[in-house]
Amino acid sequence: MLAVPRDGGTAMNNGALLSVKELCTWYELKKWGFFHAGYVRALENVSFGLQQGEALTVVGESGSGKTTLLKTILGLVPPTKGEIVFAGRKIAKPADIVALRRQVGYVQQDPYGALPSFMNVRRILLEPMVVNRVGSQAEREARIREVLEEVRLTPVDDFLYKFPHMLSGGQQQRVVIARSLVLQPKMIVADEPVSMLDASVRVEILQLMRRIQKDYDLAVIYITHDLSTVRYFSERVFIMYAGKLVEEADVRTIVHNPLHPYTQALLEAIPDPDPENARRMRNVPPGEPPSLVRPPSGCRFHPRCVHRMDELCPVQEPPAFYPEPNHRVECWLYRT
Amino acid sequence: MNERPVEAQRAVTKVREGGARSGGELLSVRNLYLHFRTTRGVVQAVDNVSFSLREGRSTSVLGESGCGKTSLARAILRLLPRNVARYEGEILLDGVDTMKLSEEAFREQIRWRKLSMVSQAAMNALNPVLRVGFQIAEPLLIHDRLPKEKAYARVEEAARLVGLPVDFLQRYAFELSGGMRQRAILAMALVTNPRLIILDEPTSALDVLTQANIMNALKRIKNELGVSFILITHDVATSSDLADEVLIMYAGQLVEYSQAETGYRRPLHPYAQGLMASVPTLREDRSLAFIPGQPPSLLRPPTGCRFKDRCPKRFAKCEEEPPVFRVGERGELVKCWLYQETGERL
Amino acid sequence: MGRTLREIGRYPSAVFGVFIIGSLMGLAIYTVITIPYSRAIDLWRATNPAWTVNPRNAWPIWLDFFTPKKLPRTILADLGNAEVREEASGDRKKVELVVPVEFTYDDFPSEITLFLRTTGVASGTRVRYSAVWENPLGQRIELAANRSMRGSEDYYISQDPKLMAEFGVPGEYALFSDVTVRIPAAQRAALKGTYRLRIQADLPKEAQLGGQLVVYGRVHGWAGTDHQRRDLTVALMWGAPVALAFGLLAALGSVLSTFVLAGVGTWFGGWVDGLFQRLTEINMIIPMLPILIMIGQFYSRSLWLMLGVVIALSIFTGGMKTYRAMFLQAKEASYIEAARAYGAGNARLIFRYLLPKMIPVILPTLIMVIPGYVFLEAALSVIGLGDPLLPTWGKIISDARTADALYKGYYYWVIEPAIFLMLTGFGFAMVGYALDRVFNPKLRTL
Repeated sequence: MLAVPRDGGTAMNNGALLSVKELCTWYELKKWGFFHAGYVRALENVSFGLQQGEALTVVGESGSGKTTLLKTILGLVPPTKGEIVFAGRKIAKPADIVALRRQVGYVQQDPYGALPSFMNVRRILLEPMVVNRVGSQAEREARIREVLEEVRLTPVDDFLYKFPHMLSGGQQQRVVIARSLVLQPKMIVADEPVSMLDASVRVEILQLMRRIQKDYDLAVIYITHDLSTVRYFSERVFIMYAGKLVEEADVRTIVHNPLHPYTQALLEAIPDPDPENARRMRNVPPGEPPSLVRPPSGCRFHPRCVHRMDELCPVQEPPAFYPEPNHRVECWLYRT
Repeated sequence: MNERPVEAQRAVTKVREGGARSGGELLSVRNLYLHFRTTRGVVQAVDNVSFSLREGRSTSVLGESGCGKTSLARAILRLLPRNVARYEGEILLDGVDTMKLSEEAFREQIRWRKLSMVSQAAMNALNPVLRVGFQIAEPLLIHDRLPKEKAYARVEEAARLVGLPVDFLQRYAFELSGGMRQRAILAMALVTNPRLIILDEPTSALDVLTQANIMNALKRIKNELGVSFILITHDVATSSDLADEVLIMYAGQLVEYSQAETGYRRPLHPYAQGLMASVPTLREDRSLAFIPGQPPSLLRPPTGCRFKDRCPKRFAKCEEEPPVFRVGERGELVKCWLYQETGERL
Repeated sequence: MGRTLREIGRYPSAVFGVFIIGSLMGLAIYTVITIPYSRAIDLWRATNPAWTVNPRNAWPIWLDFFTPKKLPRTILADLGNAEVREEASGDRKKVELVVPVEFTYDDFPSEITLFLRTTGVASGTRVRYSAVWENPLGQRIELAANRSMRGSEDYYISQDPKLMAEFGVPGEYALFSDVTVRIPAAQRAALKGTYRLRIQADLPKEAQLGGQLVVYGRVHGWAGTDHQRRDLTVALMWGAPVALAFGLLAALGSVLSTFVLAGVGTWFGGWVDGLFQRLTEINMIIPMLPILIMIGQFYSRSLWLMLGVVIALSIFTGGMKTYRAMFLQAKEASYIEAARAYGAGNARLIFRYLLPKMIPVILPTLIMVIPGYVFLEAALSVIGLGDPLLPTWGKIISDARTADALYKGYYYWVIEPAIFLMLTGFGFAMVGYALDRVFNPKLRTL
């Protein structure tokens, strides 16, 4: 962790590599193809900052907006409101997006889908350099070998001319990681990079990403629904629910002292491999995440919350509270 | 509870009876083989697997993708594709050797009556033009020719057990969320009062909280009805939610079959040890290990022990295929030469 | 690529299909080299003198294999090779030619014609000649007695009414059987042995008598002949390059254009996609054949113009909808998102990422639509809209139809082009289906 106390969500730090301010991404719903019929409020008022060399994990279930957050940062989805500043440059024009993408590597969930099946490994790794007109032919070839060694696909010659279907899931994900590194990015964003992999490979990939992150002093945003993998990757954790960033703390605090009722439920729901599990029921709230077209008023978790305060939670959206240093939570239970 | 329909009460009574019989052998699989023909050769998806499951107990089948765990389920359920090259062995379900039954007899006597299945894909296979309740009641109405009221009483009881609100029975599949659809599938598997339900990755497409809710429902069903489960999953942590025993497969073979206590805490087989050590834990702070290398191809599996190339405890004997040893007082099964001294060779 | 070939090799039908296509391609190339385009068109003109020595509507020689009889082939007896006796008297001479004809067949010839040619005779002067036919029994038939001709004469012996009147049967029967027996033609048996034609003529001293006696057979060549004595081999051979070129070009042109346009339309969406879809919907309700018929009737029947029209009309068809559905899905693939994230532009995304992914889907289609276009070309020819100059399979069938071939029993005339058409269809279909199974393994039934 950084020694300087961070000012939590507002992300005003100077010198942050990435700073996101009050970011909202809404998808427009259309009726009969052109009439406006409301918005899917996939991302609502999210702010944070990320330093060079810092790893950050965003945890949330499907529909929590974590993937939208990442796509908005990458410019794959236009933000509705808010501001993204990357490396001191405000991302507004298409040219800014191009410049940003050049410096951000992207690792996706399904490694097989993320690789074009009709290209071999060499071609796959060459593409980003060709597209961005980087280096001479010889430099490109050298860079391909370098990144393959970096992700431990060695001996390199065994892999250069393989097609994705000839590789195992873990090897495919290594190629995806190698591709994200080819352009020597400052930041990597990884969307559920290990959720499709077998248990025995997951750890390997997580440790690989962790090592690369440290070696190159990369900023990394790691997105996952699986809290149990977080501690092997980063210290700082964001919990998202229904498009909102509900809690932020370091991983130990989240695990041992979760404050938001949603985080508490999430922790309760996640099993560790333990024979005792079979003998006890999990105390998790019923129901499902809300529709993002018409999200609940006030706190978006209130319909499922066991600690709901009827006069407050359904009425007013909770602001960010800091019950302890470096622990940010959006819940009325911690109002001061 | 007092207002519960007669039919449902009978179901519960039946459960109590079943519970009394708990401990009797429900399923016994002996030397089961299931090989597939493909254009590249024969895939030995299930290769000489033997185990038995007692009444009212549940087993989690663990293994990496492609280790044959789904094929094991298909072999037990006899849901076979057309390219079967070898399908033999003995499957005793409730004293009936199902392998000796004709296709017709198997469908009449076993499938859905004693044995049903819930799979990941089934969730998306509900008929969109029929009400969910009718789809659940269908086997009772058509197969058992139960009167409508009795059938629907059973459906409502099943819905209660899986946590599907009764008014959802009148809806169509597309009106339900993923979690609710999966519950409907579960109710469908349950409504015919089977003795054994095979769950193939029942929750892996669902959210964490929904997944926990469904696992809760499964535990409730197990406790209330005494149904046995075989849970097939690649998710080791979730598998422990429903495991009395754990069956670990590697490259088409059973490598360990233990009590949950042993299987999760002190696994016997080196592969099982590696697998358990690679599972990230939330609360416990331990460093993770991983098994280097790749599982072998099921087309041309290595001779001798199939794990030997990745095994840290490999020794000369491993060139020979290990038999299954029965180890310890709980009678754990392990297919590894390390136990030739301490175990009883089967 | 090597893997694909090996996979295809697993399907015997595909190997057979590849063999058929390969043979047709080989035939097409061989044909184009040995009979160039202009020569083919020239040859196929009915008036081409090359055909005069061919029998009319003769079956192919392979009919021999299926009949116990040995069917007569065409015998060309050149008068230049005859035994010649000359008797000069002043500035004139008497010439006698004896032409032996070896006849070893079990049936009568279809026609007999004597082509007499003289050289060195001043134009306008007449030459008198006599001709006598001698059969192996030694019987003589007088064909011409002191007949006069102007320089040359084509004497159609079969149609000579004098012979008909004298023997009660057409000339070829009279000449090749026992003349003393008077029975109907159908009951007669051809005599085997050596026949002789004796021609006596009175010529100027420096003149020469030549020409040939043609005893037309009942079978001719590997393909037989049509009603205009044309050897069908030429048309069957030329049918191959025409059919393959038409089929391949039409398939490539229409499938690739549909594919690329569907990809572009789906990628950009919006009005581009809307325009393509509306065009498709309009085009799909306009039937193609009437348009082709109208163009053929009122504008041109050139094969290449038809090809262009067929391609143009095939672009916005059902394929557009199918590919669009596939592209809509493929466009969401995460590797495309990844490529977008590292900065690939639209053109690159469409042509290097989106389209290649779908090649396994269109390749089998591409192969499988070829026979459709081959048949379309044949169908146009059959209804009389074929290229007026080029010999093609469809044209043969068209000619056979107008000449009532089936009614008259000339089955070979229809069967031969039909077999070629079917082989083309089978060949491409077998390869296409195998490719479909290889590329789209979900269809594979094990």
